[in-house]
Amino acid sequence: MPHENRPNFFDMHRSKDRCRAYRRRILDISQQVQALHIGSAYSCTEIVDVIYNGLMRRGSDRASSDTFVMSKGHGCMIQYVILEDLGVLTRNDLDLYCKPGGILGCHPDFGSPGIEASTGSLGHGLGMAVGMAAAERGRRSGNLIFVVLSDGEVQEGSTWEAVLMASSMGLSNLIAFVDNNDFQSLGRTSETHPSFYPLVDKFAAFGWDSLEVDGHDAASIYDAVVSRKGDRPLMIVAKTTKGKGVSYMENVPIWHYRSPNATEYQDALAELDVA
Amino acid sequence: MRNAFSEALYLAASDNPDVYIVVADISPAGSMGKFRDQYPERFINVGVAEQSMIGICAGLALKGCQPFAYTIATFSLYRPFEMVRDDLCYQNLPVTVVGMGAGIVYSTLGSTHHTQEDIAVAGALPNMQIIAPCDPAECAVATAYCATQKKGPIYLRLGKAGEPTFTAKAADPWVFGKLRYIERGSDVCILTYGIVMKMAIELAARLKARGQSVSIVSCHTMKPLDRQGIADALGRHKHVIVIEEHAPQGGLASQTKQLAWDCQAKCRLDTFTLQDAFIHNYGSYEDLMTAHGLDLELISARVGLK
Repeated sequence: MPHENRPNFFDMHRSKDRCRAYRRRILDISQQVQALHIGSAYSCTEIVDVIYNGLMRRGSDRASSDTFVMSKGHGCMIQYVILEDLGVLTRNDLDLYCKPGGILGCHPDFGSPGIEASTGSLGHGLGMAVGMAAAERGRRSGNLIFVVLSDGEVQEGSTWEAVLMASSMGLSNLIAFVDNNDFQSLGRTSETHPSFYPLVDKFAAFGWDSLEVDGHDAASIYDAVVSRKGDRPLMIVAKTTKGKGVSYMENVPIWHYRSPNATEYQDALAELDVA
Repeated sequence: MRNAFSEALYLAASDNPDVYIVVADISPAGSMGKFRDQYPERFINVGVAEQSMIGICAGLALKGCQPFAYTIATFSLYRPFEMVRDDLCYQNLPVTVVGMGAGIVYSTLGSTHHTQEDIAVAGALPNMQIIAPCDPAECAVATAYCATQKKGPIYLRLGKAGEPTFTAKAADPWVFGKLRYIERGSDVCILTYGIVMKMAIELAARLKARGQSVSIVSCHTMKPLDRQGIADALGRHKHVIVIEEHAPQGGLASQTKQLAWDCQAKCRLDTFTLQDAFIHNYGSYEDLMTAHGLDLELISARVGLK
């Protein structure tokens, strides 16, 4: 489903610079609040960057624009900093994150600029995205719906109801990603729920086009979308590392929801600056 | 009532290309088949998957459409409850959740198929509106309202099929959020909603035979409830009787009692509801209503007719 004004080129180097800056911005915000889902945001930084800065068409109004749904609502810090970068949210909006008088909380809230759906409770985003995709198809708009799911959400029965419907309805305008960092509160999913894998086979069996990519390789993510066949919904299983970019956060569950202290902040800053 | 709904929805869909219906594997009664044949892209059957039914409706509404979710009441409200709360109410989307066969009308199917507490459950949700028409005519006008309003989500509580029409000569027109007097009297006022209106009409006939002047009121909008209208009814009648096919808590009876206290009503107030109980009785709808205490003879005795 090509669009004339959708970007057809993706600059890997600029993506790398942006992602470094986005992680840095999130790190800075972490020093203003008690806690935020930093590891979850770092896990999907490249995915959300590619969606907003490489894949999404942003027309003059919502009717001529693609849509992004952050189904893993707890990862919304990356969405917020990208929306700030794009001028949709203001610096003041982010400065007031989780503060009195602010409009941004720990989960996306429909009605805030650039936020197309309220999420936070897991297993809701894909169902809503199916409805959005059906509406766009009904209007022959050509608009695409992008969704990022956590791998934990893929344990929700409601997600599988939506998976079944998207392919049964032939919603080729729906492009979803699983941020597959393999981590949940009680450990590695591959250890606690070995039958969770393989994922690509499961989505393929439900009638989706599905493939696995390195979720921190922006070029691979971009290529997986632009080279799709386009007659079915697409599910990209993005292999990621929770807390990616800061070594002491990587694959350590506590960084799901914790802000670094002053020393940890400096350590993280040093790592991000040389990345 | 089911057929009146589907015909009204078909007409609404003919007028507005943004009207969708998302059903969960329920037989396309009445005009629903016509809807499916003429507007196949706007008739979505999710199968037995009610969470996605609500999620899809939310997504459609987020894109400006006017969707209806439709299945048996317990499966449209209870099974996907968190989707109703988060996707519809939290985002305040104009989605109509149709609860078909609400109350205990599916008597012999057991309590898995009953919604005897749905008004309380839906009414607890911020932004949720509730409409419970008393007959097919009210159902048609309420459905047309649901298909055009943009205020927020609505739980539309319907009976099943074959209900008679009570409102052909109603004193008042149907207006969202307002009590509707079917008949106006001065002594006794019967407040009710939904298909138990039939019992209210029968009780009114008995009261009138004893020389009483009786008001019969359809409280079709259960949220927001017409508090001023109920306060007026409590003030203008000597005796107010509430009959509702719903549990004692969180419905019309409990809210009328609260209002009676708030407005220091002086009238006699009798309320008749379902019990707060799962009753394992497998007779007819009327048999189960009697087991709950909603029985014309029992009520007649309680209000002094015997």
